[in-house]
Amino acid sequence: MAETRPGARAEALAAWALSLPALILLWAMLLGPAVAVLLLSFTGWSLGEAEMEWIGAGNYAQLAADPVFWTSLRNTLIYVGVCVPATVGLGLAAALLVESVGRGRGFYRAAYFLPVASTLLAMALVWEFMFHPTVGFVNQAFGALGLPVTDWLNNPDVALLALAVIGVWQNLGLAMVLFVAGLQGIPRDLYEALAMDGADGPWERFRRVTWPMLGPALVFVVSIIAIRSFQVFDTVAVLTEGGPSKSTEVLLYTMVQEGFTFLRSAYGAAITVVFLVFTLAITMAQTILLDRRAHYG
Amino acid sequence: MVDRLLGTLLRHLVLLAGAALMLTPFVIMVSLSLKPPGEIFAPEFRLLPEQWHAVENYREAFTRVPLARFLINGLIVTASIFAAQAATALPIAYALAKLRWRGRQAAFALVLLALLIPPQVPAIPLYIAMWKLDLLNTYAAIILPSTISVFGIFLMRQFFRTVPDDLIAAARMDGLGEFAIVWRIMLPTALPALAAFGCLSFIWNWNEFFWPLIAVQEERLMTPPLGIAFFNNAEAGTNWGPLMAAATVTTAPLALAFLLASRAFVRGVTMTGVK
Amino acid sequence: MAVASVDLIGIGKRFGATEVLQDVTLRAADGEFLAILGASGCGKSTLLRILAGLEGADRGQVRLGGEEVGHLRPKARDLAMVFQSYALYPYMTVRQNITLPLQMRRLSALQRLPLLGRLAPGGRALRAGITADVDAVAGPLQLSALMERRPAQLSGGQRQRVALGRAMVRQPAAFLMDEPLSNLDAKLRVEARAEIVAMQRRLSATILYVTHDQVEAMTMADRVAVMQAGRVLQVAPPQHLYDEPASIDVARFVGSPPMNIIPALLDETGMVELAGHVLPWHAQGRAGARVMAGIRPESLVPRPGGLPATLKRVERLGAEAVLHCALPGVEDTVLARVETAIANGLSPGGTIPLMPRRVLLFQEAGLRMECRPHPAATPAMEGALG
Repeated sequence: MAETRPGARAEALAAWALSLPALILLWAMLLGPAVAVLLLSFTGWSLGEAEMEWIGAGNYAQLAADPVFWTSLRNTLIYVGVCVPATVGLGLAAALLVESVGRGRGFYRAAYFLPVASTLLAMALVWEFMFHPTVGFVNQAFGALGLPVTDWLNNPDVALLALAVIGVWQNLGLAMVLFVAGLQGIPRDLYEALAMDGADGPWERFRRVTWPMLGPALVFVVSIIAIRSFQVFDTVAVLTEGGPSKSTEVLLYTMVQEGFTFLRSAYGAAITVVFLVFTLAITMAQTILLDRRAHYG
Repeated sequence: MVDRLLGTLLRHLVLLAGAALMLTPFVIMVSLSLKPPGEIFAPEFRLLPEQWHAVENYREAFTRVPLARFLINGLIVTASIFAAQAATALPIAYALAKLRWRGRQAAFALVLLALLIPPQVPAIPLYIAMWKLDLLNTYAAIILPSTISVFGIFLMRQFFRTVPDDLIAAARMDGLGEFAIVWRIMLPTALPALAAFGCLSFIWNWNEFFWPLIAVQEERLMTPPLGIAFFNNAEAGTNWGPLMAAATVTTAPLALAFLLASRAFVRGVTMTGVK
Repeated sequence: MAVASVDLIGIGKRFGATEVLQDVTLRAADGEFLAILGASGCGKSTLLRILAGLEGADRGQVRLGGEEVGHLRPKARDLAMVFQSYALYPYMTVRQNITLPLQMRRLSALQRLPLLGRLAPGGRALRAGITADVDAVAGPLQLSALMERRPAQLSGGQRQRVALGRAMVRQPAAFLMDEPLSNLDAKLRVEARAEIVAMQRRLSATILYVTHDQVEAMTMADRVAVMQAGRVLQVAPPQHLYDEPASIDVARFVGSPPMNIIPALLDETGMVELAGHVLPWHAQGRAGARVMAGIRPESLVPRPGGLPATLKRVERLGAEAVLHCALPGVEDTVLARVETAIANGLSPGGTIPLMPRRVLLFQEAGLRMECRPHPAATPAMEGALG
């Protein structure tokens, strides 16, 4: 239908003028390069070469045959698989506890959230000290409790786990804050109705109101933590450089190695595409789950 | 009654223990930055040094590497990025939230699409483009990829949608054009949201390590995280006192910014999320 | 521009499949207070927004002072609007809120620049003029002491006056008001009604006033336009609207408690037969025609010889009481408004004779029919009618 409102044309023109700078940058800095990555991954190009040769799925065939890539992918998935349940579970517990106490909320929120806001790279170095085999806090604590100790970051069996601990520590506050927002969105009168219906114990309240009402928030937190965990890079780059013996080699680190250290741009692009596909899969799973329980409102 | 009191007490105990664990790395960082090398490797950990070494550690952090330069770089980069993000995000957010135009749906779909792309994905093409344009190793190389914040657009759009249509209708009847509405009506209304976004933008870009690591090799351009990594490499992880001093100095502005604006900050994080 | 007349001619508007306005024609004369009255969703706000230029009409013309303005943007129309939400700029002081429209109109883009604008030539005198005009508006609205406050620091009534001031300061050709009092409590609403009417008299302003509240429309307006489902049902002065509604819909909408609408028949002589009784009211019509009789609650008086009603309930309002009655063969409850003294003697369950003093007649389709007291009424009835 034709727009009959006076000034509609001027409004449309203004809208385009207001949007154009952002849209141009959006293409130049994000969408264009994302398309370029996809195209590049089908070539055999390395930085500096004059010719760009189309090699189809060649890079992907090479990836499939590359044990380092498989190690990298497996490590990333393990890392995500450890970080997500731990972060979400602890974040939810912290949120429930914080919401249930009257005083000190501001303090707890700040304390738990501080790692999210701090420079991960600097804090990674502190963790390196904390994981120090002799004077580190972790081994001292473990020793005092009679638990086994090890050189965490140099033991291939546990180095990835040690990095995951840092990851959980860093993202826990974020999960907590998002859960608190979700909790505060639950109408009080549901709990009151539940109490009138004869259920007012904490477990009943959680099972019958909190948990079902928290569904959308839960899906959102899981996906956001999964995506952030997938992007693990800083701690690997500064603490382990993928070692020992590739035990902490993760996707983004492999990508940077191939794409920027060895300058194999096209191969790095192929790894980027794999990385992107996993990220999109997480988002899609989130969307589908949220759609399915949209009736909760 | 007693049960309830006991429950509350128990909750506080658990929360306090958790908070202590969360804060431990910060305590250790500051503690180490005050100690001489001998005490750092003492078998027993003490909170405060027996022999204060703070002055020496911090002085070394600032002289062994150009830490002040790193901090200034951090400010230059974060300030430029936020200015660019705000200047591009506010107008389009207004157009998406309140104007009626063909292409609005498509533009918003693009924004949502871009929201799905992790910031590391464009790295290789951007690197190649900057190499071709001879921009590597400049401030521009660090700043340019972050000049657009899809998150910022989304956040501001969500906020603008809550501004009553009547307010804009009133402004139009008062004689304001669309550009004037953005700067005279929407911007002042959006200041709280913009502040929340500013905090987030500052913290993200101050902490950003991935892209500066790729774009910059020269010491004089390094941002704080890059500088610390550089320091760490140069010292091969032995000189803990000064390293922790540098880490403390790098994290302090963030911690301060966060503590000052924690409410705005948390609101910013949650505004686009759960609701 | 000076105060001007407003014409809406044949306005049509649809949103998707719904037709919000159908061929609406309205005229507010120069200096007239025209209320547009209707239930929510009847299209009255859309009509106002079309007039303001905030929406476009699909059909029809908008004229201001006789000139077609349909193609003009809101700011070019010289109309001021008072919004239901007041739409005050929350971060501006009262003074800034009232000043803004004058700045936009009187200062050039250069002169409006912050800081720099002060240096632009000619700005000083214009600014002084603006300040004077703003103060002149603020005084009568009792805003002078509040000029440096922000909207959040004001009460509802004060905000409403600021919104009024922002509209008045421009001396527009006409004022558009969209439910401007609906966010005030009952007491303030009465005061604000008087204020707006006084303002209108003082400025002899043209006002188009949209409301769903019939009391507002009846007490304030020179004329009232009743709207329903995108159409104008009737435009008339308030009393005329009450006394001579053009259709059943208007009759039902105006008046509280609402008019009794009772199914009736015309007998072979054209007399109105209601609840089995022939009333001394006569209409032109086919014998046996089904009609609707409209009787205002205050027109039903307990008097011997009236319709035999069974009293169900007495609703006391203080000075008066509303009798809820049942008439034989009539489904709906019939209401009668009487003085409390009369109601005191009655008890539910009893029978009272209710005599209609005035009967309006409508066709079954809803349009008004001619209906007069019959000259050959029985003496008893005559006396009752006297």
